[in-house]
Amino acid sequence: MSFIDLANPTRFLALVQRLLPWLAAATVLAFAAGLAMAFNAPDDYQQGATVKIMFLHVPAAWLSMFGWALMSMAALGTLVWRHPLADVAAKAAAPIGAAFTLMCLVTGSLWGRPMWGAFWVWDARLTSVLVLFLMYLGLMALYWTTEDPARASRAAAILTLVGAINLPVIKFSVDWWNTLHQPASVIRLGAPAIHPAILTPLLVMALAFALLFLTLHLAAMRNEILRRRVRTLQLMKADNA
Amino acid sequence: MSALKALLIRDMKLAFRVGGGALIGALFFLIVVVLTPFAIGPDLALLSRIGPAILWLGALLASLLTLDRLFAADYEDGSLDLIMTGRAQLELAILTKALAHWLTTGLPLVIIAPLLGLLLNIDLAAMKYVALTLLAGTPALTFIGLIGAALSVTLRRGGLLLAVLVLPLTIPVLIFGVAAANSAIIGPVPFGPPFTILCGLSLASLVIGPLAAAAALRHGLE
Amino acid sequence: MNLGAHADFIVAAYAVAIALTVALIAWVALDYRAQRRILLELEQQGITRRSQREEKP
Repeated sequence: MSFIDLANPTRFLALVQRLLPWLAAATVLAFAAGLAMAFNAPDDYQQGATVKIMFLHVPAAWLSMFGWALMSMAALGTLVWRHPLADVAAKAAAPIGAAFTLMCLVTGSLWGRPMWGAFWVWDARLTSVLVLFLMYLGLMALYWTTEDPARASRAAAILTLVGAINLPVIKFSVDWWNTLHQPASVIRLGAPAIHPAILTPLLVMALAFALLFLTLHLAAMRNEILRRRVRTLQLMKADNA
Repeated sequence: MSALKALLIRDMKLAFRVGGGALIGALFFLIVVVLTPFAIGPDLALLSRIGPAILWLGALLASLLTLDRLFAADYEDGSLDLIMTGRAQLELAILTKALAHWLTTGLPLVIIAPLLGLLLNIDLAAMKYVALTLLAGTPALTFIGLIGAALSVTLRRGGLLLAVLVLPLTIPVLIFGVAAANSAIIGPVPFGPPFTILCGLSLASLVIGPLAAAAALRHGLE
Repeated sequence: MNLGAHADFIVAAYAVAIALTVALIAWVALDYRAQRRILLELEQQGITRRSQREEKP
């Protein structure tokens, strides 16, 4: 089955129905392995046991950015190639991306309370993720308030791409703003040199989260295709009546 | 070129005549700035410290809220169709409309800002720099807001939704605008770097804003 | 397993992550059921898609 064949929603639905059970099983297995490794991982010399929060926080942060990247590619698909599944993919990704961003924020905040002494500090990374979360919510609001799906998806595609250009600029600005305002006394997660005993569970957890994202995304795309069918049929029904 | 000039003159005339919104933005700006001391108290020391921030927030809201109808009014009376099918490149026509909007709403904000600076106890020598940051930064706000204005035509919806969509994109402008203004008053950063970045943001949005707005109109109105 | 002095925060973080995941799964599953039910109802009323209509008399 080639990529072009997937443009047909019916074929795509059939493929998703076949794939979903396998993906769900793989997700469960990856989480079982990842969680087992995470809980057997040694404590960090600086953070103590709270490093366990990182096994949730870091993959969630990666996926929050991955979600926007995915939506940007889908937006190109919508605007340039008018691929019929691109709209569906972008719309289905927004709530999932928002949920992972929220997970990143909440787990970060719960890690920050014991480590920094406050649930929220205007740290550059936290602030950038908060802005990302706000942008996800804005896109969801756009889908929520616009009735015509084609119209909403084209507007959303443009906003997603503008956001993709703007997010690095926002990140840069917030970094700059942060160094201006904050004393550099915060403990940071020891950057590239993470011990393998912590890195391995982290990567397995990241794989598990990625599989979870993929499974949920395909299922949400399936729902979205069905929702559009329902809409078409209801419009036909209204026409006939 | 003459088509663009005609468009610029038309938009400015419309803004200043009955029904246009040229000075409403400046009035809104005035009211926002006057309201703030009521919220935080008449402490002059505090006001002079956060004065640039208040001026910037006021300018941000005033320029974005007045952009709401930039294309919607043209869409309703049919002139948007003429602009889109006209000889002038759509991106350039949009840039011209943005320029007209900035001249009738952004520039008045910059001009009255020094007066409002008196109310906020900002030092007169420093106020020069605050006004300069507004002069350099408000075009960026207009060009970013263009995207929202174009989307409000295609979505048939304006107001809060667009503010929610566009405001996060203005964060860099706000950061560097306020930082440059503050550096002129309290330091410690020199005025140059944030101000130069602010100008850079304005120039970048000058390109991205009209391109995205034109794409929104082309894809949305078919 | 010893979670140290900040056990509450670690447990809370995992609880939030699980709650969010469950919420996403529930949203996807319930949405699927709802859309299927409406489609079935519409089909029972004789409203079907063009691609399926040829089979009918």
